[in-house]
Amino acid sequence: MDAILLQILNGLDKGSAYALIALGLTLIFGTLGVVNFAHGALFMIGAFCAVTMQRLFSLSYEVVDETQTDFLGNPLKVQVPYVEGWFGEGAGTTLIDWSVPLAIIATIPVMMLIGWAMERGLIKHFYKRPHADQILVTFGLAIVLQEFIRYFFGANPIQTPAPSDYQGTVQLTQAIAYPVWRLIYFFFSAFVIAGVFAFLQFTTFGMVVRAGMADRETVGLLGIDIDKRFTLMFGIAAAVAGLAGVMYTPILSPNYHMGMDFLVLSFVVVVVGGMGSLPGAVAAGFLLGILQSFASMNEVKSLIPGIDQVIIYLVAIVILLTRPRGLMGRKGVMED
Amino acid sequence: MFGLSQKDTKFLLIVVALTLLTPILLNPFPSESGLAQFNAGYPALMQRFAIYGLMAIGFNILFGLTGYLSFGHAAFLGVGSYAAVWMFKLLSMNVLPAIILATIVSGLFALVIGYISLRRSGIYFSILTLAFAEMSYRLAYSVFTPITNGETGLQLTLSDPRILDSAPEGGSLPVPTLFGLDMNASWTANVGPWDFTFNIGYYFCAVIAILGFYLSLRIFRSPFGMMLRAIKSNQTRMSYTGLNSRPYTLAAFVISGMYAGLAGGLLAAMDPLAGAERMQWTASGEVVLMTIMGGVGTLMGPVIGAGFIKYAENIFSKINESVLHGWFGWLPDGLEDIVVWFFARFVGEGWHLTLGLMFMIVVIALPGGLVEGGQRIARWVRRKSGRETAADETTKPAE
Repeated sequence: MDAILLQILNGLDKGSAYALIALGLTLIFGTLGVVNFAHGALFMIGAFCAVTMQRLFSLSYEVVDETQTDFLGNPLKVQVPYVEGWFGEGAGTTLIDWSVPLAIIATIPVMMLIGWAMERGLIKHFYKRPHADQILVTFGLAIVLQEFIRYFFGANPIQTPAPSDYQGTVQLTQAIAYPVWRLIYFFFSAFVIAGVFAFLQFTTFGMVVRAGMADRETVGLLGIDIDKRFTLMFGIAAAVAGLAGVMYTPILSPNYHMGMDFLVLSFVVVVVGGMGSLPGAVAAGFLLGILQSFASMNEVKSLIPGIDQVIIYLVAIVILLTRPRGLMGRKGVMED
Repeated sequence: MFGLSQKDTKFLLIVVALTLLTPILLNPFPSESGLAQFNAGYPALMQRFAIYGLMAIGFNILFGLTGYLSFGHAAFLGVGSYAAVWMFKLLSMNVLPAIILATIVSGLFALVIGYISLRRSGIYFSILTLAFAEMSYRLAYSVFTPITNGETGLQLTLSDPRILDSAPEGGSLPVPTLFGLDMNASWTANVGPWDFTFNIGYYFCAVIAILGFYLSLRIFRSPFGMMLRAIKSNQTRMSYTGLNSRPYTLAAFVISGMYAGLAGGLLAAMDPLAGAERMQWTASGEVVLMTIMGGVGTLMGPVIGAGFIKYAENIFSKINESVLHGWFGWLPDGLEDIVVWFFARFVGEGWHLTLGLMFMIVVIALPGGLVEGGQRIARWVRRKSGRETAADETTKPAE
């Protein structure tokens, strides 16, 4: 029993990341009808927002400390972060310690801006083009974004620890000790997902967007500028991907190609969930995450060798062949 | 000639001539001059031109004619490489059996994957092929280690059985040959300041690439090719007329898979090792890129695209800041640093940035790829020079 529970928990953090990225992909696909291969890059940029935040907080100046001396007998020069100088030592250290969660605040506007610029600058011109062109141009954009990040941050993974209070494990039952941050990540992503759904379900803006997803032309005929709203939805989708990235940094040290690694899997998730279905994307994200962690159990691996490597793709193939619309796909969306 | 129209024969002959003269054409700069680093006429790179050109030709038969975008063609390349290396290990160092087996095995592999994937079309087909390719890649790394030798990659060893020509005791590792002709052998001609390297391996690849090109030319002009194009333009209508399009798309898929496998076999024949990273999805993306860059659905485009990307990869990534300082040394100091800094972002390690940008520009501005770009320039030049005669053209009867 404990073993099963543990595998479900293990699958949750990966599943949350898949669900968040797939949710953003589906938002973009459902509203604008664009297949966005640069979405993995947005996830990666989100993660590097956390890195930037940490570096900004750690920016420091030199202070000569008269009370201490270095090995030559000169007064010791100490690096003091600006934030400690401004807010006092205690508050400053806390700020640096909390840089990952605090990066959320900066990430949302930054990612919305990037998403807005992407949509207005590039994607806008690709609405009428075939999906293959959209895939290719966003793929090119993803390469460019990756290279920018690599120029500024280098090619090696960068450690970005969680706040020190949340680095340990928590004893869930007697047998299961689970890393706290993964639990936080799960709740965080559940919160974001709930937020997106609530926004779409309970606000007038969301209602208009849903109407536009169902029938764009009629909404346009009613005198509503649906394009403007869809652009904002692109921004929101980018922000969701960015948030997924920010909070994922303590779990996986970000490097410049982490986006590509997640992108392929997220696409599989979207297709399994059904193109254009938001609940489908979320459900498939968690489902595949958990399946993957079950497949990496030793008992399963000894039964079917290599299953942990291929389970997601295997499930995707079976689902695509048996349920052409995916788990919860809408009728008429991308059916050939 | 060769069952081709006169125009196509001329085209084919030009391609043959260009391919055979590649070692000369790609070495336009004397080997002592500062521009020698732009020369692409060294064997390893020319072999890659021919091999990836061949692969892009095959990919184009699927993507260019039927419009099915496969994101898993690297799997066939990898399978071909593995098959060829196994042939080297078990049978003989002769390249012919190796590439024949590579083609057959990847063809069978493509038959299985194609049979399943082609049940769906559009983006679902892309995802299915991607899923299959990623599965093969991951399995090659993990479970199939006895066959693929996992992360190390499959290599020749001295203890290989090699039934036909087992290695002499205590000898060194054998090299692939074609009935005794060493694939690595080259002959260098010195003409004045120029050095031209004629490599046997390159010519072997080139001959096979030409045969592949000829076959693709025949397919393009055949009723079968016409059928594939019809599928691309409107598959629903095809099925309404009572035609089952699946056998045609499957045939195209298998043919293009065999091209990829042959390319993989040639890669192994030039350098007898095979690794799983050849099957990764980024490698599949690279083939898509080559085809798009050159021009989808055109005969020559994919080859040009393949050559272009491989050239950029090899040459751009070699240029570094000191080379740039050499070029821009004539600028005033402050300006020189800025210019060098700017260009350094696009070369050396940053050549991927150039690749991504070129790729975006081509998709945005030139959906027909470099071939369309060339055609546009040609049309523009013709219009400029023939402005006087343009009056006659406008009075042509409407067709």
